[in-house]
Amino acid sequence: MTDLRNRSRRDFLARCLTGAAAMGVAGLPATGEAQAAAAKSRVVVARDPLLRGSGATIESGRIDVGRLETLLDRTMQSLFSLPATHENSIAAWRRVADASDKVSLKVNTLGGRGISTNVDLVDAVCERLQQAGVPARNIIVWDRDTEEMERAGFRIVVGGDRVQCYGTDRVGYEDDLSAWGSVGSRFSKILTRSSNVLINLPVLKDHDGAGVTIALKNMYGTIHNPNKYHPNGCDPYVADLNMLPEIRSRTKLVICDATTAMYEGGPGFKPEHSWKLNGLLAARDAVALDFTGWQIIERKRAEMGLKTLDAEQRAPRYIATAANNEHGLGHCDPARIAVIEI
Amino acid sequence: MSCELVAAEGGACMALDRRSFLMCALASGAALGAGEFAAPAGAVPLAAGAQAQNDAQFTFEAKFYEKLANRKIKCKLCPRECVVGDKERGYCGVRENHGGVYYTLVHSRVCAAHIDPIEKKPLFHYLPGTNAFSIATAGCNVNCKFCQNWDISQSRPEEIPAQYISPHQAADIARKYDCPTIAYTYSEPVVFAEYLMDTADAAHQAGVRSIVVSNGYMQHDSLEQAYGKMDAVKIDLKAFNESYYGKVVTGQLKPVLDSLVTLRKMGKWTEIVYLVVPSLNDDDEEFRGLAAWIKANLGPDVPLHFTQFHPEYLLKNLPITPVATLERAKAIADAEGLHYVYIGNVPGHPAQNTYCPQCRKMLVERVGFTASQLLIRKDSTCPYCRHSIPGIWHA
Repeated sequence: MTDLRNRSRRDFLARCLTGAAAMGVAGLPATGEAQAAAAKSRVVVARDPLLRGSGATIESGRIDVGRLETLLDRTMQSLFSLPATHENSIAAWRRVADASDKVSLKVNTLGGRGISTNVDLVDAVCERLQQAGVPARNIIVWDRDTEEMERAGFRIVVGGDRVQCYGTDRVGYEDDLSAWGSVGSRFSKILTRSSNVLINLPVLKDHDGAGVTIALKNMYGTIHNPNKYHPNGCDPYVADLNMLPEIRSRTKLVICDATTAMYEGGPGFKPEHSWKLNGLLAARDAVALDFTGWQIIERKRAEMGLKTLDAEQRAPRYIATAANNEHGLGHCDPARIAVIEI
Repeated sequence: MSCELVAAEGGACMALDRRSFLMCALASGAALGAGEFAAPAGAVPLAAGAQAQNDAQFTFEAKFYEKLANRKIKCKLCPRECVVGDKERGYCGVRENHGGVYYTLVHSRVCAAHIDPIEKKPLFHYLPGTNAFSIATAGCNVNCKFCQNWDISQSRPEEIPAQYISPHQAADIARKYDCPTIAYTYSEPVVFAEYLMDTADAAHQAGVRSIVVSNGYMQHDSLEQAYGKMDAVKIDLKAFNESYYGKVVTGQLKPVLDSLVTLRKMGKWTEIVYLVVPSLNDDDEEFRGLAAWIKANLGPDVPLHFTQFHPEYLLKNLPITPVATLERAKAIADAEGLHYVYIGNVPGHPAQNTYCPQCRKMLVERVGFTASQLLIRKDSTCPYCRHSIPGIWHA
């Protein structure tokens, strides 16, 4: 493998930051498959300032479930360039999965209740998937550890005809190694045996080593040895991991829970560095989504008077690596990302 | 990690695999067969094994780290110096930051336990013919692509079955089964330094010695404090070039060389194993440089074991090391003036035996992992010419 770890920051910035102004581009025509090399990747940034009641704290601010469902519907319609009707809310999900699929929803629960994938959002996704024809028993909500999921508010369900919900610790990892790059890993059996469609449901937050942790890095929760992927700001390890067919062939959609986000102090929850973004990010191109999310975090950091992640020498270089010719996982060039703000 | 160990041990399954954990039966007092453990407890599903573990039982504040701002810590155990944020783990996967306090998650959390001949470590000049109660926890601070024990070394502790074995229990087992030593081995003992230190103290109180099989990839202070409690050390020197350490080991050579020099200054009995991997670290000049460095910095009497590589883990594309390559390595090291150069993982090879460097007569004959004949006198001299033979030959 080519050693990507010595890429200079200058190269990286040249690849990723030159067109930051283009981030505001909205309303571009539908592109079909976002992964198509020649097409722009659509990233929907959907917000509802009234998602929570006014005055709620980060810790206690309860989300209005009805508004969240509406926000999710608008997000999916926009992502797939469908007119805003209830029928199209379901139609959008049929582009992701149908009755024959086994769908796994990879949430992120490392940060506890403060900064984990919102349970109400996951419920809404499960509801829409079922309306799209996926049997409840063929849907599984999962992360690495069952106790962490419970701490984040998820109710564990094992067996029966309901939507399943538990951690990899209940079933373990595959015995065989998968490797792309310098590290080998064993994948969660939930991913490999209980799903052919993966929906990535990360959160939007700062990471002290990697810079940010959003969609691509959420896949660290699918393997048995994420600790081996953290050197050098997780570069190229995040990109390498996402190259593996277990992930790449299954991933159909990313919906990033940005109802609460963190601009500093991650990955553990720091309420003092969190803010209510009251939004969702969605894309089929995880690289484009990560790049877009990173820019949102940078803007918040600037607003709060903090240095850029690059100035702190922890810019998420792995995003550019994921987009390079060797990996080709998506786009991080702003000129090739259509950000749809709704 | 000490993944060469299994290769050096002839590929025998020393570590407990994910499906079976040899129940040490400590608390229950279940009978163990003389000289070996009871039969495996049977198929233990990974999840069940993992869930049965009480994490709090194994969690102790780490010894080697410093606190940083914003609840971060910097680990000072190994040269990697992981800066670890709250709720995150270090590279080894067995140390975790909780609110700015760093914890080891593997104190007394034994995932592999066995009674081995000490020759399996291999330690050839330390109590030959005796058994070592050999234990390991999950985790490693490097990621060797040839690791034979990757299923425990490259796993997080909650992912593999483990048994609680306190330091005193470990000492009791060693005594009960006539093991004069406890060996910390299989995975990488650096990462369970606190457990190793406490167990060594308990063992010494019980009259049991401690030996460690390690990659030596440590900081100076942690090495002095942790391995200062050891009675003998085997270091896996994985190559004699930095490039190999970077690409194949995911570590660095220089700190390991520094560790060897420190161990020498500490007066610890030390042996070195060098796993010869075809095309990657089998160059004549590398062998020569290695031998010259050992002679100059550690002296000619440090045993050096050239061992045979077997394809494993992420290096399955390479062949087994030809015996001729090992013999070439030995010839070069001999010519450089090292007195005790062995060939390992090649059963029946005459270079498994110990010969007097002065009269050339055979002093220790080894068959497999057994010292079948030990002729060295109680005063550690050759019975033929009275040349002093370095090592601890008799208890």
